[in-house]
Order: sequence, then structure tokens, then C-alpha cells
Amino acid sequence: MNTSERMITMEVLRYRPEQDETPFFQQFLVPFTDDMSVLQGLQYIKDELEGSLSFRWSCRMAICGSCGMMINGVPKLACHTFLRDTYPNTLRVEALAHFPIERDLVIVMDDFMAKLESIRPYIIADTPRALSEGEYLQTPAQLDLYEQFSSCINCLLCYAACPQYGLNSKFIGPGAMALVHRYNLDSRDSGSAQRMPLVHAEEGVFNCTAVGYCSQVCPKKVDPANAVNINKTESAKDYFLRFVTPKGAGK
Amino acid sequence: MSARRPYVRPMTGWWRKNPFFIEYMVHEGTAFFVAAYALILLASVVVLGQGEAAWNRWLEFLMSPLCIIAHVVILLAFLYHSWTWFNIMPRTLPPILINGTRVKAATITYGGLAAAVIASLIVFAIVARLAP
Repeated sequence: MNTSERMITMEVLRYRPEQDETPFFQQFLVPFTDDMSVLQGLQYIKDELEGSLSFRWSCRMAICGSCGMMINGVPKLACHTFLRDTYPNTLRVEALAHFPIERDLVIVMDDFMAKLESIRPYIIADTPRALSEGEYLQTPAQLDLYEQFSSCINCLLCYAACPQYGLNSKFIGPGAMALVHRYNLDSRDSGSAQRMPLVHAEEGVFNCTAVGYCSQVCPKKVDPANAVNINKTESAKDYFLRFVTPKGAGK
Repeated sequence: MSARRPYVRPMTGWWRKNPFFIEYMVHEGTAFFVAAYALILLASVVVLGQGEAAWNRWLEFLMSPLCIIAHVVILLAFLYHSWTWFNIMPRTLPPILINGTRVKAATITYGGLAAAVIASLIVFAIVARLAP
């Protein structure tokens, strides 16, 4: 590993609503070592060069999902991307695409929060269990069905990768659909009837045109495109099977 | 009054901003050639119904250099379309379990491509057998 300090140019999209009409790029010369992430570069800028630069971060280890940004035009976690991989070129950092910019690299995520709430991302039991009845039991095979989709950290990289969401923010989007799928697949859950109307809706799964970039950028290998597309089949099945199943037979 | 003034970035030219989106537009664009070939097949059926003279004129048209070039272009677009179609296929399927283990994405993609190749060979064999 090269431990000597080198200098990289970081070009950061700035937007200060109280004084800027539109966002603009500002360049900073940042000293870095091989072990420094883009997030650490931004922290250097904030500490040493420009204290007013705003960005979200918390865990520094790709768990909290706070530091999603466009890095050289690609949605990435700033803590999970090294400065050395762009050096000697200029590294460009922008706020996550497809979301309104609140300030600098901070996006407005109210829309996603509302969607997340709407899908009821928690286990809905048929008959609630009393604490005294103990835990819900689940086999490893049952866990395996949904485990991948439960790895989502709500970092919103998939939304920044989804042109359909960028063109129409009413689309429920990859992340929320992955979580719909995660809970619907859970053997302890009986809430799919409450969630499926969101899947069937005009702004549900059929807004997806299978671009597939969401799954490519996902830092947790959730494969949201898979969740969305499986639910296209589920939605179609639901639509056609209602003609042949007796009333009330569905879950 | 709130000092918030969220800035919404325009989406114009979004598909040119990322190589992944450019490839997406290209492979979606190849669907046009698939539709075009379906129309050629459909036209053939209609002409066949119009009798032998019409059919022979149609065959002559199909053998014109321009038409052959068009067919080569359509074939290339078809090949690329098939590749991208089977490439995205694993993302559209629920997990397939064989003996308790998940079939890998690459196996689904190459399995689909193999099926397409075998189906094409069968069609070629039938055509070769029927050809005068």
C-alpha cells in the first residue's frame, strides 16, 4: 500500500438555497493516502477548506446507508469508494440523482420515507402473539427465501440508478418494492393482502421497464430488480386468478 | 416562511449520461427490428394467400440486394436482442431450486441462449429439408 500523501482534485456540486439560483461545481485540492474514502475526502474539505459544505454520513462502513452520492456519475456510497481509484483524474461528487437537492450533497428524501411507510415494512401477523408464547419459529429454508431482500439499508442508490423514478417520482421504485417482497416472502408475515394494492397500482411494479441498473449499483446485493420483476408476475397472477378463485379464497 | 428551496435537476438527455443507459436504449431499440421482422413474416403470409404470381414477385423482392442487406441488419439486431434478453432473464425469475440449491444467474442466461440456438438449428433443419 502506498502510504505517502498525494493530491487529488475533488469537484463537488454545491447548492446553497439562500444564495444560489442553480447548483455549481466547486473544486478542492485534497491530500489523500491510499486508505482514504471519498467520504474522508469530503470530511477533509469540511474540516480544512470549506466548513459550509453539507453532506450526510454516519457509520463510515457501508451499513447505515447515509452517504449515497453520485461519484463520477455513478450512484455509490462515499464511504465505500476510494479516492485512489479515481486518481490522478478529477473526482466528481454530486448529490444523489433523481432527488431534489436540499443543500450541497444533501437530498430531500421525504418521498422515499412516505413510500417506505406505505408498504408497512414490518411483520404483520394473522393473530398477534403474546410475549409469553415465545418467538416465531422459522426454518433456514424459510429464512433463505427473503434474506437477500432484508439486506436493504435504504441508501437510495437504486432510486438514483432508476431513470423511471427520475422521470416519474410517483413510481414506488426499486428499494420499496424489494422490502414489499421481503415481508411478503416471510413465513411469519400475513400482510401481503395489505401490500399488494401498492404493487398493482398505476405507480406500482409496471412502471419498471427492466433497466436493471438498480441491482447493479446496490451495495448490499439485494437485487431489487428481481423483487420488482417477480412481483410483475405476482400482480398478473393476482389479476387473472381472481376470475377462477372463489371469493375470499386469496390470502 | 421556509428558507427551503429544494432544487430539482432536469432529466433531459438522461440516457446519454451513463454508458449503462446508452446500452439499455440500444438493446430496447433492437425490439424495433424484431417487430419489423414479424411484419415481414406477416406480409409473407398475406402474399401467399394472393396466389402463385404474387408469391413469386414477393420472393424476387426478398432476394433483392437491399432486402438481403436489411435481413443481415435484422439478424444482427436479433442476435444482440437475444443476448440482452437472456442476460436480464435471471433478474425476472423467482429463484429456481434444484436439489435445494439455487440455479446461478449465468446458468439461466446460458441455458436460455442454448435453447435459442437449438430452436434455431431445428428451424434451419426443417427449412433445409423443405427447400427445393
